[in-house]
Amino acid sequence: MSERVRGYALFATVALLLLVVAPLALPAFRLDELAKYLCLAIAALGIGLAWGQGGMLTLGQGVFFGLGGYAMGMYLKLHDAGGDLPDFMVWSGVERLPALWQPFGNPVVALAAVVLVPVAVAVLLGALVFRRRVRGAYFAILSQALAAAFVILLVGQQGLTGGTNGLTNFYDFFGRDPEAESTQRTMYFVVAGVLGVLYLLARQLVGSRFGRLLVAVRDGEDRVRFLGYDPALVKTVTFAISAGMAGLAGALFVPVVGIISPSLLGVVPSLELVVAVAVGGRYALAGAILGAVVMNYAKTSFSEEWAGGWLYLQGALFILVMTLAPKGAVGLYQQARDALARRRGASAAAVEKPGVAVKEEVPA
Amino acid sequence: MSEPPVRGAGRAEERAEAAMSEAETAGRAEAGARELLEIRGLQVVFDGFRAIDGVDLTVRQGELRFLIGPNGAGKTTLIDVITGLTRPSAGSVRFAGTELVGRKEHRIVRLGIGRTFQTSVVFEELTVVENLDLAATFRRPLWALLRRRRGVSDTVAEALETVGLTDLAERPAGVLSHGQRQWLEIGMLIAQRPRLLLLDEPVAGMSRQERERTGELLTTIAEDHTVVVVEHDMEFLRRYASQVTVLHEGRVLVEGDVAQVRADPRVQEVYLGRTAEEAA
Amino acid sequence: MESLLNQLPIGLSIGAVLLLIALGLTFTFGQMGVINMAHGEFIMAGAYTAYMLQDWAGAQAAAVALPVAFALAGTMGWVLERTAIRHFYGRPLDTLLLTWGVSLVLQQAARDLFGAPNVQVVAPSWLNGGVTIGGGTLPYNRLFIMALAIACVAGIWAYQNRSAQGRRMRAVMQNRELAACSGVATARVDQLTFFIGSGLAGVAGVALTLIGPVGPSIGTYYIVDAFLVVVAGGLGQLRGAVIAALALGMLNSFAEFWTNASLAKVIVFAAIIVFLQFRPQGMFVLRSRALT
Ligand SMILES: Nc1ncnc2c1ncn2[C@@H]1O[C@H](COP(=O)(O)OP(=O)(O)OP(=O)(O)O)[C@@H](O)[C@H]1O
Ligand SMILES: [Mg+2]
Repeated sequence: MSERVRGYALFATVALLLLVVAPLALPAFRLDELAKYLCLAIAALGIGLAWGQGGMLTLGQGVFFGLGGYAMGMYLKLHDAGGDLPDFMVWSGVERLPALWQPFGNPVVALAAVVLVPVAVAVLLGALVFRRRVRGAYFAILSQALAAAFVILLVGQQGLTGGTNGLTNFYDFFGRDPEAESTQRTMYFVVAGVLGVLYLLARQLVGSRFGRLLVAVRDGEDRVRFLGYDPALVKTVTFAISAGMAGLAGALFVPVVGIISPSLLGVVPSLELVVAVAVGGRYALAGAILGAVVMNYAKTSFSEEWAGGWLYLQGALFILVMTLAPKGAVGLYQQARDALARRRGASAAAVEKPGVAVKEEVPA
Repeated sequence: MSEPPVRGAGRAEERAEAAMSEAETAGRAEAGARELLEIRGLQVVFDGFRAIDGVDLTVRQGELRFLIGPNGAGKTTLIDVITGLTRPSAGSVRFAGTELVGRKEHRIVRLGIGRTFQTSVVFEELTVVENLDLAATFRRPLWALLRRRRGVSDTVAEALETVGLTDLAERPAGVLSHGQRQWLEIGMLIAQRPRLLLLDEPVAGMSRQERERTGELLTTIAEDHTVVVVEHDMEFLRRYASQVTVLHEGRVLVEGDVAQVRADPRVQEVYLGRTAEEAA
Repeated sequence: MESLLNQLPIGLSIGAVLLLIALGLTFTFGQMGVINMAHGEFIMAGAYTAYMLQDWAGAQAAAVALPVAFALAGTMGWVLERTAIRHFYGRPLDTLLLTWGVSLVLQQAARDLFGAPNVQVVAPSWLNGGVTIGGGTLPYNRLFIMALAIACVAGIWAYQNRSAQGRRMRAVMQNRELAACSGVATARVDQLTFFIGSGLAGVAGVALTLIGPVGPSIGTYYIVDAFLVVVAGGLGQLRGAVIAALALGMLNSFAEFWTNASLAKVIVFAAIIVFLQFRPQGMFVLRSRALT
């Protein structure tokens, strides 16, 4: 029980930090950056769910992030154009608004699409792949290939997607100037709020029977079948939830950062997010969030100083984490806490949960 | 605690399922279901090798049936076919009148067949209770699983009691000994409330005491379940079996009660080595 | 029609390059369960080997580089296996992330060593030109790549089926524990497999210099497709890799021809998903009874 209380206390502290301290202490542009990290943390939360809990190493979350982002961007572009063609289409010589774009003029449709399109793609892929029992590394490779194909498609369809530049130059965000400090501040609170709510929902999911089932599927998919469950369904649902989170994250990213483009979505950004989750601690949802924020913060500050150095550092950090601390920062913290508790000899009372072991997986 | 009904609407299969689980809770009093499992002309071929070669087998409601045979006789393969893990090349498996061949594993479980594995597989990171709870709740729709588990359901408590793991209920299954894992698996099977239980070598690798406990467990379970047990151990067989089917090289060699089977020269032959006539 | 015919050698040579890359991947993946993302950087190492050797071997660099690249990339793979990967057996997904870290470092190292912009390797003069068959031209450089792939496949096949070491490799691939019990030094077999697999990536890297420029991220363009070849072909399957690589190469080049480059990748991806509906474990499968 105290475990649970401690969890809520931690959550409250972090909420206080994010909602009160940070907005007061940070200069506007730093707060804006933090908002960006929190967007990525939402996507990371989805990865923590799918990968940490469900064992699905999804290397293509950039696709869902992008689908959400583009859905939002398309609406903003159409809104800015006010009945005309969006600027980049004019430049690429498009004469009529493509059919694909038409529904996105409606804000309700666009906002729904932010979540529903990624979910639909994930359901389709999940149904096709998981039902045929394609899993483990095979799934990881397929999701990565999807990310690669998606980006190439975005870049190639200049007139439809804005090509390499993506969608940018937004002038009006639901009646506000997206660049204005007040908008940015509001967006920060929105993002932090969404993250908090999603985190609590994800926690509830993990703690529920479904969550137990998900862990069971991760550790013994074939055994789960003989308990009368369909693992494909469980995985597809979870994958779809994580895709929906990524989509939402992408949509929030657009007003916060002011752009959505292929370079944010490809194989490398998708992998980077997974890496962040691993560094934070894949088996804990909080680890995923922590990892995303810290790694992206480190990336920004390092790249400001020494661009190449970041790649060395990231690579090296990653090798170290995978080798020495596969459970990430949260795992280290738990280890330290357990060791401390043991030294105090307080272990008698505590029916402690042993840390999650790194499971042996069987390829495919 | 009775299980909530399965999703009402939907495919015929699921409706049949619901009907069946109702019938089950109503006291297993279906008329005409004397033959619960009927296997006819079953053949399984692995890359040209006939692991099962024309097996007919009938298991009646309420029966405790032992399935024995030397290594490689096809016992596990038979269970695999019944539970949908392996597809036969010919033949049929009917369960309470429903054809099982071609159905997916979880669908077969939902019809009311549960099994254990020769090497026990439990979820090591879940606690004993969680393992059992998972087994007990599969009939619920997925959205009903979104709630947290509060306490221990009657089904689970009963299973815990039956297999004697109540004291270990909150420990992760990973810390259990080999014997305890086997019991947990059996407990999960009970919690599933199946109409037919298939146990693949439940006492393999167990100590003498553990065997005895398992034997008693088996007797208890068999009182109100239909059970098929695959077993090697002759001693165990002598003590707990009534009806025995002997498989050999993919065929049914003998069928009868323990005394008959033990007395049969063909059985002695396959168990005690080949006779001169075969070696020639 | 003419240009359609021209797609054939392009498709075949892309397939050949994919095959060279996928060969190493399919064996390290099939035998050790390692998903080596750094494989792409072994390709890069091979390509830069050819580039560096130009100072010394001039226009013959590409030819001279073949054995050197094989040895260099092979050694890199061997070192990676010894220092890091061997601690990760049984955790394929973790090897993926680990080796991606390695790949990041190697790419940045290449950027620091050779500069970020692409460089060009001059192909040997005897590879200029081509033969004309039925209206289409078969450029010599693409023919050479195909020949190289055929030679490597033949070599691997002979190694696997004719040499004692190769048989051990197949034994480990089929059942590691049993092979270990039967006295096969599995660790040695692993090292050798890794060496050969990585070496082939080096060879592929040299081959790539014949059809395009070389850059620090050259590997990343091919690694995803090469993994798709492994998935479609079936783990550790030579036949599967050959067929899948050629099919993928052809599909890619014809899809590009009929639609455009950006749709081609999507078509290839969709084709693989469809294919997996029928063969979820790839074209050929090593059977196992294990319940995962
Ligand atoms: N997937 C498979 N591929 C090839 N051969 C198989 C496969 N499954 C089973 N066999 C073979 O079929 C035969 C029967 O195997 P099975 O496991 O059913 O025997 P068993 O009676 O359970 O033996 P044991 O007492 O050793 O458990 C064996 O010869 C086995 O090698
Ligand atoms: Mg058996």
